[in-house]
Amino acid sequence: MDLTELSVKELGEGYRARTFSVVDVVKAHLTRIEKENGALNAYVEVFDDTLKEAERADALFAKGGSDAHLLAGIPIAVKDNILIQGKRVTAASKMLENHIATYDATVIRTLKEAGALFLGRANMDEFAMGSSTEHSVYGPTKNPHDLTRVPGGTSGGSAAAVAAHLAPVALGSETCGSIRHPASLCGVVGFKPTYGGVSRSGLIAMGSSLDQIGPMTRTVSDAELVFETIRGHDPLDGTTLPTEGQRSAVNKRVGVPRDFIKDISADVRDNFEKSLEVLRGKGYEIVDIDLPSAAYGLAAYYIVMPAEVSTNLARFDGMRYGLSREGKNLLEEYQESRTQGFGAETRRRIILGAYVLSSGYYDAYYRRATALRSLINEDLNKAFASVSFITTPTTPGPAFKLGSKSDPLSMYLEDIFAAPANLTGIPAISVPFGTAVRDGATLPLGVQFMSPKRTESSLFDIARDLTGETA
Amino acid sequence: MISADDIQKLATLGRISLTPAEVEKLQGEIGSILAYVDTVQKVALPEGYTSSAHLDIENVMREDENPHVAGMYTESLLTQAPRREGDYLKVKKVLS
Repeated sequence: MDLTELSVKELGEGYRARTFSVVDVVKAHLTRIEKENGALNAYVEVFDDTLKEAERADALFAKGGSDAHLLAGIPIAVKDNILIQGKRVTAASKMLENHIATYDATVIRTLKEAGALFLGRANMDEFAMGSSTEHSVYGPTKNPHDLTRVPGGTSGGSAAAVAAHLAPVALGSETCGSIRHPASLCGVVGFKPTYGGVSRSGLIAMGSSLDQIGPMTRTVSDAELVFETIRGHDPLDGTTLPTEGQRSAVNKRVGVPRDFIKDISADVRDNFEKSLEVLRGKGYEIVDIDLPSAAYGLAAYYIVMPAEVSTNLARFDGMRYGLSREGKNLLEEYQESRTQGFGAETRRRIILGAYVLSSGYYDAYYRRATALRSLINEDLNKAFASVSFITTPTTPGPAFKLGSKSDPLSMYLEDIFAAPANLTGIPAISVPFGTAVRDGATLPLGVQFMSPKRTESSLFDIARDLTGETA
Repeated sequence: MISADDIQKLATLGRISLTPAEVEKLQGEIGSILAYVDTVQKVALPEGYTSSAHLDIENVMREDENPHVAGMYTESLLTQAPRREGDYLKVKKVLS
Protein backbone atom coordinates (compact mmCIF):
# COMPACT_ATOMS: atom_id res chain seq x y z
CA MET A 1 0.00 0.00 0.00
CA ASP A 2 1.32 3.45 -0.90
CA LEU A 3 0.49 5.47 2.18
CA THR A 4 0.78 8.77 0.32
CA GLU A 5 -2.25 7.81 -1.77
CA LEU A 6 -4.61 7.85 1.21
CA SER A 7 -7.00 10.60 2.23
CA VAL A 8 -7.06 12.05 5.75
CA LYS A 9 -10.12 9.94 6.53
CA GLU A 10 -8.41 6.75 5.31
CA LEU A 11 -5.26 7.53 7.30
CA GLY A 12 -7.32 7.95 10.46
CA GLU A 13 -9.04 4.63 9.86
CA GLY A 14 -5.70 2.91 9.27
CA TYR A 15 -4.25 4.34 12.51
CA ARG A 16 -7.23 3.04 14.47
CA ALA A 17 -7.13 -0.39 12.82
CA ARG A 18 -3.32 -0.55 13.42
CA THR A 19 -2.85 -1.20 9.68
CA PHE A 20 0.05 1.25 9.72
CA SER A 21 1.57 3.74 12.14
CA VAL A 22 1.93 7.50 12.01
CA VAL A 23 5.69 6.97 11.67
CA ASP A 24 5.04 4.80 8.58
CA VAL A 25 2.88 7.53 7.07
CA VAL A 26 5.31 10.34 7.82
CA LYS A 27 8.24 8.31 6.46
CA ALA A 28 6.30 7.59 3.25
CA HIS A 29 5.66 11.30 2.77
CA LEU A 30 9.26 12.26 3.59
CA THR A 31 10.50 9.73 1.01
CA ARG A 32 8.20 11.13 -1.62
CA ILE A 33 9.16 14.72 -0.73
CA GLU A 34 12.83 13.75 -0.99
CA LYS A 35 12.22 12.35 -4.46
CA GLU A 36 9.90 14.98 -5.92
CA ASN A 37 10.25 18.28 -4.11
CA GLY A 38 13.46 19.18 -5.91
CA ALA A 39 11.54 19.50 -9.18
CA LEU A 40 8.32 20.91 -7.69
CA ASN A 41 9.63 23.32 -5.04
CA ALA A 42 6.33 22.91 -3.17
CA TYR A 43 8.06 22.90 0.22
CA VAL A 44 10.60 25.57 1.09
CA GLU A 45 11.48 23.73 4.29
CA VAL A 46 10.78 20.25 5.58
CA PHE A 47 10.81 20.23 9.38
CA ASP A 48 13.41 18.07 11.11
CA ASP A 49 11.14 17.02 13.98
CA THR A 50 8.40 15.28 11.99
CA LEU A 51 9.40 11.74 13.01
CA LYS A 52 9.57 12.73 16.66
CA GLU A 53 6.09 14.22 16.36
CA ALA A 54 4.92 11.05 14.59
CA GLU A 55 6.19 8.91 17.47
CA ARG A 56 4.30 11.14 19.89
CA ALA A 57 1.11 10.60 17.88
CA ASP A 58 1.71 6.85 17.70
CA ALA A 59 1.97 6.79 21.49
CA LEU A 60 -1.53 8.23 21.57
CA PHE A 61 -2.88 5.36 19.46
CA ALA A 62 -0.86 2.80 21.45
CA LYS A 63 -2.85 3.86 24.52
CA GLY A 64 -6.06 3.00 22.68
CA GLY A 65 -6.63 6.18 20.74
CA SER A 66 -10.37 5.69 20.68
CA ASP A 67 -10.94 9.25 21.84
CA ALA A 68 -8.20 10.66 19.59
CA HIS A 69 -9.23 13.50 17.30
CA LEU A 70 -9.78 12.54 13.65
CA LEU A 71 -6.77 14.69 12.75
CA ALA A 72 -4.46 12.99 15.27
CA GLY A 73 -1.32 11.84 13.49
CA ILE A 74 -2.27 13.58 10.24
CA PRO A 75 0.73 15.29 8.62
CA ILE A 76 -0.03 18.76 7.26
CA ALA A 77 1.83 21.14 4.93
CA VAL A 78 1.57 24.74 6.15
CA LYS A 79 1.68 27.80 3.96
CA ASP A 80 4.71 29.91 4.85
CA ASN A 81 2.61 32.79 6.20
CA ILE A 82 1.13 30.89 9.17
CA LEU A 83 3.13 31.00 12.41
CA ILE A 84 4.37 27.85 14.12
CA GLN A 85 6.22 28.74 17.31
CA GLY A 86 9.96 28.21 17.03
CA LYS A 87 9.84 27.61 13.26
CA ARG A 88 11.02 29.95 10.56
CA VAL A 89 8.17 31.83 8.84
CA THR A 90 8.95 34.12 5.93
CA ALA A 91 5.87 34.82 3.77
CA ALA A 92 8.33 33.89 0.99
CA SER A 93 9.93 37.31 1.44
CA LYS A 94 13.52 38.38 1.90
CA MET A 95 12.04 40.72 4.51
CA LEU A 96 11.44 37.76 6.84
CA GLU A 97 14.04 35.28 5.61
CA ASN A 98 15.46 34.77 9.10
CA HIS A 99 12.30 35.33 11.11
CA ILE A 100 11.41 32.74 13.75
CA ALA A 101 7.78 32.67 14.87
CA THR A 102 7.45 33.69 18.51
CA TYR A 103 4.00 32.16 18.95
CA ASP A 104 1.57 29.68 17.36
CA ALA A 105 -1.18 30.88 15.06
CA THR A 106 -4.53 29.93 16.58
CA VAL A 107 -5.16 27.39 13.78
CA ILE A 108 -1.79 25.79 14.54
CA ARG A 109 -2.50 25.63 18.27
CA THR A 110 -5.87 24.01 17.51
CA LEU A 111 -4.33 21.47 15.14
CA LYS A 112 -1.58 20.66 17.67
CA GLU A 113 -4.25 20.07 20.31
CA ALA A 114 -5.98 17.70 17.87
CA GLY A 115 -2.69 15.78 17.59
CA ALA A 116 -1.89 16.73 13.99
CA LEU A 117 1.72 17.33 12.96
CA PHE A 118 3.41 19.61 10.48
CA LEU A 119 5.58 18.41 7.60
CA GLY A 120 7.00 21.72 6.52
CA ARG A 121 6.52 25.19 5.08
CA ALA A 122 4.79 25.44 1.71
CA ASN A 123 5.89 27.94 -0.93
CA MET A 124 3.75 30.96 -1.84
CA ASP A 125 3.85 34.32 -3.56
CA GLU A 126 5.62 36.92 -1.44
CA PHE A 127 3.25 38.17 1.29
CA ALA A 128 0.49 36.30 -0.59
CA MET A 129 0.52 38.64 -3.57
CA GLY A 130 0.17 36.97 -6.95
CA SER A 131 -1.66 34.18 -8.75
CA SER A 132 1.17 31.88 -9.77
CA THR A 133 3.61 31.33 -6.86
CA GLU A 134 6.28 32.89 -9.07
CA HIS A 135 6.76 35.90 -6.76
CA SER A 136 8.63 33.91 -4.11
CA VAL A 137 12.10 34.58 -2.75
CA TYR A 138 12.56 30.78 -2.94
CA GLY A 139 11.79 30.65 -6.67
CA PRO A 140 8.58 29.38 -8.29
CA THR A 141 6.65 26.23 -7.46
CA LYS A 142 5.89 24.02 -10.49
CA ASN A 143 2.57 22.43 -11.34
CA PRO A 144 2.71 18.64 -10.71
CA HIS A 145 0.62 18.06 -13.87
CA ASP A 146 3.16 19.88 -16.07
CA LEU A 147 6.45 21.17 -14.69
CA THR A 148 6.57 23.98 -17.26
CA ARG A 149 3.39 25.48 -15.80
CA VAL A 150 2.50 27.39 -12.65
CA PRO A 151 0.53 25.79 -9.80
CA GLY A 152 -1.55 28.95 -9.42
CA GLY A 153 -1.32 31.11 -6.36
CA THR A 154 -0.75 32.35 -3.92
CA SER A 155 -1.05 29.06 -2.00
CA GLY A 156 0.72 27.26 -4.86
CA GLY A 157 3.10 25.29 -2.66
CA SER A 158 0.19 23.98 -0.57
CA ALA A 159 -1.79 23.01 -3.70
CA ALA A 160 1.19 21.34 -5.41
CA ALA A 161 2.11 19.43 -2.23
CA VAL A 162 -1.39 17.97 -1.93
CA ALA A 163 -1.75 17.29 -5.67
CA ALA A 164 1.63 15.53 -5.81
CA HIS A 165 0.84 13.52 -2.64
CA LEU A 166 3.62 15.20 -0.68
CA ALA A 167 0.98 15.83 2.00
CA PRO A 168 -2.59 14.59 2.45
CA VAL A 169 -3.71 18.06 3.46
CA ALA A 170 -2.35 21.60 3.51
CA LEU A 171 -3.31 24.92 5.00
CA GLY A 172 -3.57 27.83 2.62
CA SER A 173 -4.81 31.37 2.96
CA GLU A 174 -6.94 33.46 0.68
CA THR A 175 -7.34 37.19 0.17
CA CYS A 176 -8.80 36.89 -3.34
CA GLY A 177 -8.76 33.36 -4.70
CA SER A 178 -5.41 32.30 -3.23
CA ILE A 179 -6.80 28.94 -2.08
CA ARG A 180 -9.33 28.29 -4.84
CA HIS A 181 -7.10 29.38 -7.73
CA PRO A 182 -4.16 27.01 -7.09
CA ALA A 183 -6.58 24.26 -6.02
CA SER A 184 -8.23 24.54 -9.42
CA LEU A 185 -4.95 24.64 -11.36
CA CYS A 186 -3.54 21.65 -9.44
CA GLY A 187 -6.71 19.56 -9.36
CA VAL A 188 -7.40 19.54 -5.61
CA VAL A 189 -10.17 20.78 -3.31
CA GLY A 190 -9.74 24.32 -1.95
CA PHE A 191 -12.05 25.89 0.57
CA LYS A 192 -12.41 29.55 1.62
CA PRO A 193 -14.53 29.87 4.79
CA THR A 194 -16.96 32.65 5.64
CA TYR A 195 -15.02 35.79 6.63
CA GLY A 196 -14.60 35.47 10.38
CA GLY A 197 -15.15 31.71 10.32
CA VAL A 198 -11.53 30.87 11.11
CA SER A 199 -9.15 32.91 13.28
CA ARG A 200 -6.36 34.80 11.52
CA SER A 201 -4.32 35.27 14.68
CA GLY A 202 -0.82 34.28 13.60
CA LEU A 203 -1.49 34.65 9.87
CA ILE A 204 0.84 37.26 8.35
CA ALA A 205 -1.63 39.98 7.37
CA MET A 206 -2.16 41.13 3.80
CA GLY A 207 -5.69 42.53 3.30
CA SER A 208 -7.32 42.32 6.70
CA SER A 209 -10.90 42.87 5.54
CA LEU A 210 -10.45 39.91 3.18
CA ASP A 211 -7.93 37.39 4.56
CA GLN A 212 -9.07 33.90 5.58
CA ILE A 213 -7.24 30.62 6.29
CA GLY A 214 -8.62 27.45 4.72
CA PRO A 215 -7.82 23.81 3.92
CA MET A 216 -6.58 22.27 0.66
CA THR A 217 -7.22 18.55 0.34
CA ARG A 218 -7.88 15.74 -2.12
CA THR A 219 -11.42 15.04 -0.89
CA VAL A 220 -14.30 17.34 0.07
CA SER A 221 -14.85 15.50 3.35
CA ASP A 222 -11.22 16.05 4.35
CA ALA A 223 -11.64 19.79 3.76
CA GLU A 224 -14.79 19.71 5.88
CA LEU A 225 -12.99 17.88 8.69
CA VAL A 226 -10.15 20.40 8.79
CA PHE A 227 -12.57 23.33 8.64
CA GLU A 228 -14.71 21.90 11.45
CA THR A 229 -11.52 21.61 13.52
CA ILE A 230 -10.07 25.07 12.98
CA ARG A 231 -13.26 27.16 12.86
CA GLY A 232 -14.69 29.11 15.74
CA HIS A 233 -14.51 32.26 17.78
CA ASP A 234 -11.07 33.39 18.94
CA PRO A 235 -10.49 36.21 21.42
CA LEU A 236 -7.20 36.87 19.61
CA ASP A 237 -9.01 37.77 16.37
CA GLY A 238 -11.72 40.38 16.90
CA THR A 239 -13.23 39.60 13.49
CA THR A 240 -14.05 35.96 14.26
CA LEU A 241 -17.76 35.28 14.37
CA PRO A 242 -19.43 34.20 17.59
CA THR A 243 -19.66 30.41 17.74
CA GLU A 244 -23.13 29.33 16.74
CA GLY A 245 -24.73 26.55 14.73
CA GLN A 246 -24.32 26.31 10.99
CA ARG A 247 -27.08 27.47 8.71
CA SER A 248 -28.32 25.26 5.91
CA ALA A 249 -29.23 25.84 2.30
CA VAL A 250 -32.96 26.36 1.85
CA ASN A 251 -33.29 24.65 -1.53
CA LYS A 252 -31.38 22.79 -4.26
CA ARG A 253 -31.43 25.69 -6.69
CA VAL A 254 -28.08 26.73 -8.21
CA GLY A 255 -27.61 30.10 -9.90
CA VAL A 256 -25.30 30.61 -12.89
CA PRO A 257 -24.26 34.24 -13.53
CA ARG A 258 -24.03 33.82 -17.33
CA ASP A 259 -23.00 37.37 -18.11
CA PHE A 260 -20.18 37.33 -15.54
CA ILE A 261 -18.52 34.23 -17.06
CA LYS A 262 -19.13 35.01 -20.73
CA ASP A 263 -15.43 35.46 -21.61
CA ILE A 264 -14.16 31.99 -20.64
CA SER A 265 -12.65 29.78 -23.34
CA ALA A 266 -14.84 27.28 -25.20
CA ASP A 267 -13.46 24.13 -23.59
CA VAL A 268 -13.74 25.59 -20.08
CA ARG A 269 -17.35 26.49 -20.87
CA ASP A 270 -18.14 22.99 -22.21
CA ASN A 271 -16.62 21.45 -19.12
CA PHE A 272 -18.61 23.79 -16.87
CA GLU A 273 -21.84 22.83 -18.69
CA LYS A 274 -21.02 19.19 -17.98
CA SER A 275 -20.76 19.99 -14.28
CA LEU A 276 -24.23 21.55 -14.44
CA GLU A 277 -25.52 18.34 -16.08
CA VAL A 278 -24.12 16.27 -13.21
CA LEU A 279 -25.85 18.54 -10.71
CA ARG A 280 -29.17 18.29 -12.59
CA GLY A 281 -28.79 14.53 -12.39
CA LYS A 282 -28.44 14.85 -8.60
CA GLY A 283 -31.71 16.75 -8.32
CA TYR A 284 -30.43 20.33 -8.47
CA GLU A 285 -32.29 22.96 -10.44
CA ILE A 286 -29.97 25.18 -12.49
CA VAL A 287 -31.17 28.73 -13.14
CA ASP A 288 -29.59 31.77 -14.77
CA ILE A 289 -29.08 34.73 -12.43
CA ASP A 290 -28.00 38.34 -12.81
CA LEU A 291 -25.02 39.63 -10.87
CA PRO A 292 -24.56 42.96 -12.66
CA SER A 293 -21.94 44.29 -10.23
CA ALA A 294 -19.83 41.10 -10.07
CA ALA A 295 -17.77 42.01 -13.13
CA TYR A 296 -16.52 45.09 -11.27
CA GLY A 297 -15.46 43.08 -8.24
CA LEU A 298 -11.86 42.57 -9.28
CA ALA A 299 -11.38 46.27 -10.00
CA ALA A 300 -12.79 47.10 -6.56
CA TYR A 301 -10.51 44.46 -5.08
CA TYR A 302 -7.44 46.04 -6.69
CA ILE A 303 -8.30 49.24 -4.85
CA VAL A 304 -9.28 47.86 -1.44
CA MET A 305 -6.47 45.29 -1.22
CA PRO A 306 -3.47 47.55 -2.08
CA ALA A 307 -4.87 50.12 0.37
CA GLU A 308 -4.81 47.47 3.10
CA VAL A 309 -1.42 46.13 1.94
CA SER A 310 0.23 49.53 2.12
CA THR A 311 -1.16 49.89 5.64
CA ASN A 312 -0.40 46.37 6.90
CA LEU A 313 3.12 46.28 5.49
CA ALA A 314 4.04 49.61 7.06
CA ARG A 315 4.96 47.56 10.13
CA PHE A 316 8.09 46.26 8.36
CA ASP A 317 10.39 49.07 9.31
CA GLY A 318 13.68 47.30 10.01
CA MET A 319 13.37 48.18 13.69
CA ARG A 320 11.27 45.54 15.43
CA TYR A 321 11.76 42.36 13.44
CA GLY A 322 12.57 41.29 9.93
CA LEU A 323 15.30 42.51 7.60
CA SER A 324 17.22 45.48 8.91
CA ARG A 325 19.78 47.54 7.04
CA GLU A 326 21.71 50.26 8.76
CA GLY A 327 21.72 53.75 7.30
CA LYS A 328 23.08 57.11 8.24
CA ASN A 329 19.73 58.23 9.66
CA LEU A 330 16.32 56.84 10.56
CA LEU A 331 14.74 57.54 7.17
CA GLU A 332 17.57 55.84 5.34
CA GLU A 333 17.21 52.79 7.58
CA TYR A 334 13.52 52.53 6.78
CA GLN A 335 14.17 52.91 3.06
CA GLU A 336 17.13 50.55 2.88
CA SER A 337 15.38 47.84 4.88
CA ARG A 338 12.14 48.04 2.92
CA THR A 339 13.75 48.43 -0.49
CA GLN A 340 15.96 45.40 0.01
CA GLY A 341 13.33 43.38 1.86
CA PHE A 342 10.35 43.69 -0.49
CA GLY A 343 10.13 42.15 -3.97
CA ALA A 344 8.75 43.82 -7.09
CA GLU A 345 5.06 42.86 -6.74
CA THR A 346 4.98 43.83 -3.08
CA ARG A 347 6.48 47.24 -3.82
CA ARG A 348 4.04 47.73 -6.69
CA ARG A 349 1.08 47.16 -4.38
CA ILE A 350 2.44 49.37 -1.61
CA ILE A 351 2.79 52.21 -4.11
CA LEU A 352 -0.65 51.53 -5.61
CA GLY A 353 -2.14 51.50 -2.12
CA ALA A 354 -0.57 54.82 -1.22
CA TYR A 355 -2.03 56.25 -4.44
CA VAL A 356 -5.64 55.09 -3.95
CA LEU A 357 -5.58 56.31 -0.35
CA SER A 358 -4.09 59.71 -1.15
CA SER A 359 -6.43 62.57 -0.26
CA GLY A 360 -6.98 63.71 -3.84
CA TYR A 361 -8.10 60.29 -5.04
CA TYR A 362 -9.69 58.82 -1.94
CA ASP A 363 -13.27 59.51 -3.08
CA ALA A 364 -12.66 58.35 -6.64
CA TYR A 365 -11.03 55.08 -5.64
CA TYR A 366 -11.24 53.80 -2.09
CA ARG A 367 -14.62 55.22 -1.18
CA ARG A 368 -16.11 54.10 -4.48
CA ALA A 369 -14.61 50.60 -4.20
CA THR A 370 -16.04 50.30 -0.71
CA ALA A 371 -19.48 51.32 -1.95
CA LEU A 372 -19.14 48.82 -4.79
CA ARG A 373 -18.44 46.11 -2.24
CA SER A 374 -21.79 46.72 -0.64
CA LEU A 375 -23.48 46.81 -4.04
CA ILE A 376 -22.02 43.37 -4.85
CA ASN A 377 -23.22 42.20 -1.46
CA GLU A 378 -26.70 43.44 -2.31
CA ASP A 379 -26.66 41.72 -5.72
CA LEU A 380 -25.59 38.46 -4.06
CA ASN A 381 -28.32 38.77 -1.43
CA LYS A 382 -30.90 39.28 -4.18
CA ALA A 383 -29.63 36.16 -5.92
CA PHE A 384 -29.60 34.16 -2.68
CA ALA A 385 -33.25 35.08 -2.11
CA SER A 386 -34.09 32.52 -4.81
CA VAL A 387 -31.04 30.23 -5.09
CA SER A 388 -28.98 28.52 -2.39
CA PHE A 389 -25.79 28.30 -4.41
CA ILE A 390 -23.97 30.21 -7.12
CA THR A 391 -21.53 28.38 -9.38
CA THR A 392 -18.88 29.44 -11.91
CA PRO A 393 -15.66 27.94 -13.26
CA THR A 394 -13.04 28.67 -10.59
CA THR A 395 -10.63 30.28 -13.06
CA PRO A 396 -10.93 31.49 -16.66
CA GLY A 397 -8.57 28.74 -17.86
CA PRO A 398 -6.22 25.94 -16.78
CA ALA A 399 -2.61 26.32 -15.56
CA PHE A 400 -0.54 28.70 -17.68
CA LYS A 401 3.15 28.58 -18.54
CA LEU A 402 5.73 29.86 -16.07
CA GLY A 403 6.68 33.42 -16.98
CA SER A 404 3.79 33.87 -19.41
CA LYS A 405 1.98 36.53 -17.38
CA SER A 406 4.75 39.03 -16.77
CA ASP A 407 2.31 41.91 -17.24
CA PRO A 408 0.82 42.43 -13.74
CA LEU A 409 -2.70 43.14 -14.97
CA SER A 410 -2.95 39.90 -16.96
CA MET A 411 -1.99 38.04 -13.79
CA TYR A 412 -4.59 39.94 -11.74
CA LEU A 413 -7.39 38.89 -14.13
CA GLU A 414 -6.85 35.26 -13.13
CA ASP A 415 -8.86 36.00 -9.97
CA ILE A 416 -11.87 37.60 -11.62
CA PHE A 417 -14.30 34.87 -10.48
CA ALA A 418 -12.85 34.73 -6.98
CA ALA A 419 -13.41 38.38 -6.08
CA PRO A 420 -17.15 38.44 -5.18
CA ALA A 421 -16.77 35.88 -2.37
CA ASN A 422 -13.77 37.64 -0.81
CA LEU A 423 -15.22 41.13 -1.11
CA THR A 424 -18.45 40.12 0.61
CA GLY A 425 -17.15 37.47 3.00
CA ILE A 426 -19.26 34.55 1.78
CA PRO A 427 -17.78 31.02 1.76
CA ALA A 428 -16.65 29.35 -1.47
CA ILE A 429 -15.21 26.01 -2.47
CA SER A 430 -13.36 24.89 -5.59
CA VAL A 431 -13.52 21.23 -6.57
CA PRO A 432 -11.64 19.52 -9.40
CA PHE A 433 -13.90 18.73 -12.34
CA GLY A 434 -12.75 17.76 -15.83
CA THR A 435 -9.66 18.72 -17.78
CA ALA A 436 -8.49 20.89 -20.64
CA VAL A 437 -5.65 20.15 -23.05
CA ARG A 438 -3.02 22.83 -23.69
CA ASP A 439 0.03 22.12 -25.90
CA GLY A 440 -0.47 18.39 -25.44
CA ALA A 441 -0.69 18.57 -21.65
CA THR A 442 -3.88 17.44 -19.92
CA LEU A 443 -4.58 19.94 -17.15
CA PRO A 444 -7.17 19.96 -14.37
CA LEU A 445 -10.07 22.40 -14.28
CA GLY A 446 -12.10 23.46 -11.27
CA VAL A 447 -15.67 24.46 -10.54
CA GLN A 448 -16.52 26.73 -7.63
CA PHE A 449 -19.61 27.09 -5.49
CA MET A 450 -20.53 30.02 -3.31
CA SER A 451 -23.31 30.17 -0.73
CA PRO A 452 -24.56 32.61 1.93
CA LYS A 453 -22.44 33.26 5.01
CA ARG A 454 -22.15 30.37 7.44
CA THR A 455 -23.81 27.79 5.18
CA GLU A 456 -20.55 25.87 4.74
CA SER A 457 -22.09 22.48 5.49
CA SER A 458 -24.39 22.85 2.47
CA LEU A 459 -21.43 23.95 0.38
CA PHE A 460 -19.61 20.71 1.24
CA ASP A 461 -22.77 18.74 0.34
CA ILE A 462 -23.10 20.21 -3.15
CA ALA A 463 -19.34 19.81 -3.70
CA ARG A 464 -19.64 16.10 -2.83
CA ASP A 465 -22.64 15.78 -5.13
CA LEU A 466 -20.52 17.07 -8.00
CA THR A 467 -17.47 14.91 -7.31
CA GLY A 468 -19.53 11.83 -6.51
CA GLU A 469 -17.88 11.52 -3.12
CA THR A 470 -19.94 10.03 -0.30
CA ALA A 471 -19.96 11.81 3.04
CA MET B 1 -1.26 58.47 -16.90
CA ILE B 2 0.57 58.72 -13.62
CA SER B 3 3.68 60.92 -13.68
CA ALA B 4 7.21 59.85 -12.76
CA ASP B 5 7.15 62.48 -10.00
CA ASP B 6 4.00 60.93 -8.55
CA ILE B 7 5.57 57.45 -8.53
CA GLN B 8 8.65 58.84 -6.83
CA LYS B 9 6.55 60.68 -4.24
CA LEU B 10 4.43 57.59 -3.48
CA ALA B 11 7.56 55.47 -3.13
CA THR B 12 9.00 57.99 -0.68
CA LEU B 13 5.77 57.88 1.33
CA GLY B 14 6.04 54.09 1.35
CA ARG B 15 9.69 54.34 2.42
CA ILE B 16 10.90 52.56 -0.71
CA SER B 17 13.79 53.74 -2.91
CA LEU B 18 13.50 53.37 -6.67
CA THR B 19 16.04 53.68 -9.46
CA PRO B 20 15.06 55.83 -12.47
CA ALA B 21 14.55 52.61 -14.49
CA GLU B 22 12.23 51.23 -11.80
CA VAL B 23 10.26 54.47 -11.76
CA GLU B 24 9.75 54.25 -15.50
CA LYS B 25 8.66 50.60 -15.36
CA LEU B 26 6.25 51.28 -12.51
CA GLN B 27 4.83 54.28 -14.33
CA GLY B 28 3.65 51.99 -17.13
CA GLU B 29 2.49 49.17 -14.84
CA ILE B 30 0.64 51.35 -12.33
CA GLY B 31 -0.81 53.31 -15.25
CA SER B 32 -2.35 50.19 -16.79
CA ILE B 33 -3.60 48.92 -13.41
CA LEU B 34 -5.22 52.29 -12.70
CA ALA B 35 -6.84 52.27 -16.14
CA TYR B 36 -8.36 48.92 -15.21
CA VAL B 37 -9.51 49.82 -11.69
CA ASP B 38 -10.99 53.01 -13.13
CA THR B 39 -13.85 50.84 -14.40
CA VAL B 40 -15.34 51.26 -10.91
CA GLN B 41 -16.28 54.79 -12.01
CA LYS B 42 -18.69 53.30 -14.57
CA VAL B 43 -20.96 51.67 -12.02
CA ALA B 44 -24.02 53.72 -11.19
CA LEU B 45 -24.27 53.78 -7.42
CA PRO B 46 -27.69 54.45 -5.93
CA GLU B 47 -28.06 57.29 -3.42
CA GLY B 48 -26.76 56.47 0.02
CA TYR B 49 -24.02 54.15 -1.23
CA THR B 50 -21.24 56.66 -0.98
CA SER B 51 -19.85 56.17 2.46
CA SER B 52 -19.50 52.68 3.86
CA ALA B 53 -19.60 49.00 3.07
CA HIS B 54 -22.67 47.16 4.30
CA LEU B 55 -21.31 43.71 4.84
CA ASP B 56 -23.26 42.62 7.93
CA ILE B 57 -20.06 42.97 9.93
CA GLU B 58 -20.45 43.83 13.59
CA ASN B 59 -17.92 45.36 15.90
CA VAL B 60 -16.73 42.78 18.38
CA MET B 61 -15.97 44.36 21.72
CA ARG B 62 -14.44 42.92 24.85
CA GLU B 63 -13.77 44.21 28.33
CA ASP B 64 -10.35 45.75 28.79
CA GLU B 65 -9.36 43.39 31.58
CA ASN B 66 -7.20 40.40 32.56
CA PRO B 67 -3.96 41.51 30.93
CA HIS B 68 -1.14 38.99 30.74
CA VAL B 69 1.66 39.29 33.26
CA ALA B 70 3.80 42.30 32.32
CA GLY B 71 6.93 41.26 30.49
CA MET B 72 6.04 37.61 29.96
CA TYR B 73 6.50 37.87 26.17
CA THR B 74 9.24 40.50 26.15
CA GLU B 75 12.20 38.16 25.83
CA SER B 76 10.72 35.97 23.11
CA LEU B 77 9.64 38.99 21.04
CA LEU B 78 13.00 40.68 21.46
CA THR B 79 14.81 37.60 20.13
CA GLN B 80 13.61 38.82 16.72
CA ALA B 81 14.77 42.41 17.13
CA PRO B 82 17.61 43.46 14.83
CA ARG B 83 19.21 45.60 17.55
CA ARG B 84 18.37 45.83 21.23
CA GLU B 85 19.64 47.41 24.38
CA GLY B 86 18.31 45.63 27.45
CA ASP B 87 14.56 45.37 27.02
CA TYR B 88 14.46 48.15 24.44
CA LEU B 89 14.67 48.20 20.67
CA LYS B 90 17.68 50.20 19.62
CA VAL B 91 16.97 52.64 16.79
CA LYS B 92 18.56 55.70 15.23
CA LYS B 93 17.86 59.07 16.75
CA VAL B 94 14.34 60.23 15.76
CA LEU B 95 14.93 63.98 16.21
CA SER B 96 18.16 65.42 14.90
